[in-house]
Amino acid sequence: MKEQLKQEEKNKYSIIIPTYNERLNIALIIYLVFKHLRDVDFEVIVVDDGSPDGTQDIVRQLQHVYGEDRILLRARPKKLGLGTAYFHGLKYASGNFVIIMDADLSHHPKYIPSFIRKQMETGASIVTGTRYVRGGGVHGWNLMRKLTSRGANVLAQTLLWPGVSDLTGSFRLYRKSVLEDVISSCVSKGYVFQMEMIVRASRKGYHIEEVPISFVDRVFGSSKLGGSEIIEYLKGLLYLMLTT
Amino acid sequence: MKHILKIMGLLVAISAIWIGLLETSVIPRSFTWLLPVYLIVSLGCYGLLMVGVGLMLFPTCPQEAVLLQKDIREAREFLKDKGVDVGSD
Repeated sequence: MKEQLKQEEKNKYSIIIPTYNERLNIALIIYLVFKHLRDVDFEVIVVDDGSPDGTQDIVRQLQHVYGEDRILLRARPKKLGLGTAYFHGLKYASGNFVIIMDADLSHHPKYIPSFIRKQMETGASIVTGTRYVRGGGVHGWNLMRKLTSRGANVLAQTLLWPGVSDLTGSFRLYRKSVLEDVISSCVSKGYVFQMEMIVRASRKGYHIEEVPISFVDRVFGSSKLGGSEIIEYLKGLLYLMLTT
Repeated sequence: MKHILKIMGLLVAISAIWIGLLETSVIPRSFTWLLPVYLIVSLGCYGLLMVGVGLMLFPTCPQEAVLLQKDIREAREFLKDKGVDVGSD
């Protein structure tokens, strides 16, 4: 019991945030992370894919404010994709837990404490944020976007039986060893990658828990969901049915 | 086991039951012939119903957008004070 307590005290959380042209958003997110995680040992790892807008300059300025040991800038020369960004950030993570989130402020850092609490209560290996339950939700989606999202979700639930309600969410907490294990067997790109991660983790028998999150869409950007994304999604579903 | 095999197994089991019903004729054959059609139709209905219900009960959070704007203003003020170049737009 004492040992367990000691171990919980030593928990450290590495927050990996991939960025591309998120100059303003990354500053806001880092401020909010520090505001909402007061009694927690954590570090923020920014994986910037060579943004031309000066994202890295801003991160360096933030390092002066918060300390270079708390904010790590691990840039890559060009845009290389989401999956490899997490893999890249993971190499520098010193925590025993890793939190991944988007840099566009659709994920609010105020939910991180509830991820941590849920993990501690249940001992789960993965805690994933879900937009589809009471207490969670989305803002800024039109009817078409909701319809697509719902259709995609029903299809995935029927064909894959994944055991989680929000497959394409990308606000998650992983035990570091579990993330390392799962990420090495994932090959998809974009948000199919998020789906592949959680489905493979579920098939491997890892304990997955969910917490409600709200998703406020792109305050400072734009997002599209076109026909090609839908085709990619269907291909991803088929791929997961055949390989997991 | 690959997931597709589980689904195939389910389909095979359903077909086996169906063929069994056809062979033993416990219910009228003409009716048994139509069972697969009923199955597909009811699957489609289930899908549409789930999408419809999901759409109606889609949780939204307009208040979160307001709170976020507040947080953004607060963050900008703090960061500006600390000399971080957050711009003026």
